Amino acid sequence: MSETFTKSMARNIYLGGSVFFILLFLALSFDTVQTLPERDNRHNITPSVALGKKVWEDNNCLGCHTLMGEGAYFAPELVNVYNRFGESKLALKAFIAGRPADGIPGRRSMPQFNLSEEELDGLADFLKYASEINAAGWPPNIQG
Amino acid sequence: MKYQSQSVAKPYFIAALGLFLGQIVFGLIMGLQYVVGDFLFPEIPFNVARMVHTNLLIVWLLFGFMGASYFLIPEEAERELFSPKLAIALFWIFLVAGALTIVGYLAVPYARLAEMTGNDLLPTMGREFLEQPTITKIGIVVVALGFLFNVGMTVLTGRKTVVNIVLMTGLTGLAVLFLFSFYNPVNLVLDKMFWWWVVHLWVEGVWELIMASILAFVLIKTTGVDREVIEKWLYVIIAMALITGILGTGHHYFWIGTPEYWQYLGSIFSALEPIPFFMMTVFAFNMVNKRRKQHPNKAAVLWALGTAVVAFLGAGVWGFLHTLAPVNYYTHGSQITAAHGHLAFYGAYVLIVLTMISYAMPYLRWNQSAAPWRAQVMEMWSFWLMTISMVSITLFLTAAGILQVWMQRAAEEPQAFMVVQEKIALFYWMREYAGLVFLTGLLLYLASFLVKNEAPSTITNEEATAAA
Repeated sequence: MSETFTKSMARNIYLGGSVFFILLFLALSFDTVQTLPERDNRHNITPSVALGKKVWEDNNCLGCHTLMGEGAYFAPELVNVYNRFGESKLALKAFIAGRPADGIPGRRSMPQFNLSEEELDGLADFLKYASEINAAGWPPNIQG
Repeated sequence: MKYQSQSVAKPYFIAALGLFLGQIVFGLIMGLQYVVGDFLFPEIPFNVARMVHTNLLIVWLLFGFMGASYFLIPEEAERELFSPKLAIALFWIFLVAGALTIVGYLAVPYARLAEMTGNDLLPTMGREFLEQPTITKIGIVVVALGFLFNVGMTVLTGRKTVVNIVLMTGLTGLAVLFLFSFYNPVNLVLDKMFWWWVVHLWVEGVWELIMASILAFVLIKTTGVDREVIEKWLYVIIAMALITGILGTGHHYFWIGTPEYWQYLGSIFSALEPIPFFMMTVFAFNMVNKRRKQHPNKAAVLWALGTAVVAFLGAGVWGFLHTLAPVNYYTHGSQITAAHGHLAFYGAYVLIVLTMISYAMPYLRWNQSAAPWRAQVMEMWSFWLMTISMVSITLFLTAAGILQVWMQRAAEEPQAFMVVQEKIALFYWMREYAGLVFLTGLLLYLASFLVKNEAPSTITNEEATAAA
């Protein structure tokens, strides 16, 4: 780089630029948090949904699945699994509870997590709650 | 070695490489599970293998960053490390905590691990990359604070250079942002929004400061180019990294319930994120071309140039490929994401740590500037094996991703996830074979450390010229 562009000019761009964009990012984040109540379906967070999120985390579901596109890419997207299962909590619960403990020969299979009825209910409620978040029209279709 | 206390870096580097090998073994297990679905089921389900794969990556890179700092900071500050004893104590704490966590993942079901470690008291587990039990997270914070105190005191009471100040800024940012891993609200949107403050602001923010400062240090040492020139470059690169990367966080806020304006902000700023990586490539090649001396460690220079190029390809080009919101609408959370993740992490962070290890190890082991020529040749072969196989892995996953996106999301009659997975299995097989080549490269790299230091004169001028 030429001599007219000095090290202290470079440093000022670094310091000024980062401070400006950190502050702008904080302001935008603040605005986002303010607008979330209209989008994030928080009024449907029940104790059962909270339990469901805990079951979701304690069994590391994100280690195979994506939820809103985030997680692992080994198993289907779950933000709309409630819709894919015909909006039936019963079907969701039956699928999770019915996984074979030893898997399926040669194929990917979800483990048997031995969840209680209350935990299954919570998980289904959590997935229903997630499906009702306004995610700007994602995923593109029912297959996730 | 200019300062005796730099030697604390050595165990950090050895641990890093050991864990790296573990990471690759588990990567191969996962790769096989993609095509042989019941492989090791139910003993090691995919989610466990993945957790071990990604967590080992994070831990060994942290070992690498800390080792690099312990080597770099005394030399830049022109004084001994504040407390070598603290550095060694923290090494063992971090290693034991890390090993126990991995054993925990493998030995008991994850839900049982959560129960045993009291996750109910402060639930932080079960989120991607932050799967560690809460007590491990607290341990990481303690180690990070002790580490920052140690290197911070060294810098404060020593010479302050742009390189060590930028490195300290990056490391401090790393520790501070990690605190957001303790924030885990029930509200899924808030959870995801602030989870990115750890993950994105690490790898597309403060880690770039760490990477650029280590690269600058190695280039100063191996090229002999005037420090003023290199420091000016360093400032410009990290300025661009933060100017583009901070608002670039927005490219994760497209589809998680956050407002639509992030689709514009995230697209624009993350589209600019390749700029700092491109500048790093130009910088590295410029400095090596303008070098004022022939450093005998040719391998270290190759790693340094490699990290600049592959980081630009992986983080820059493959990131740009799917960062614009209209494109990302289709590619989000597909194998395209996995392709980008692999080449970006390898190019930017694996290679920068290996660059530093390659540069520092001859000093740490024999107090000389380069390894024997035969060891360097092995290193350079391993560089090409690992790099070409990782580029291949990326290309295969990209092909798989394009087909997946087409069949599952863009076609008129979209097909189910598992149906599509079976149709693209060929590419997963090819990825697995490429992974075996990667393992070969890594084993060759590790074997290069077994070459005996018989000829302390290192390399002759003819060999240096031939290699250059």
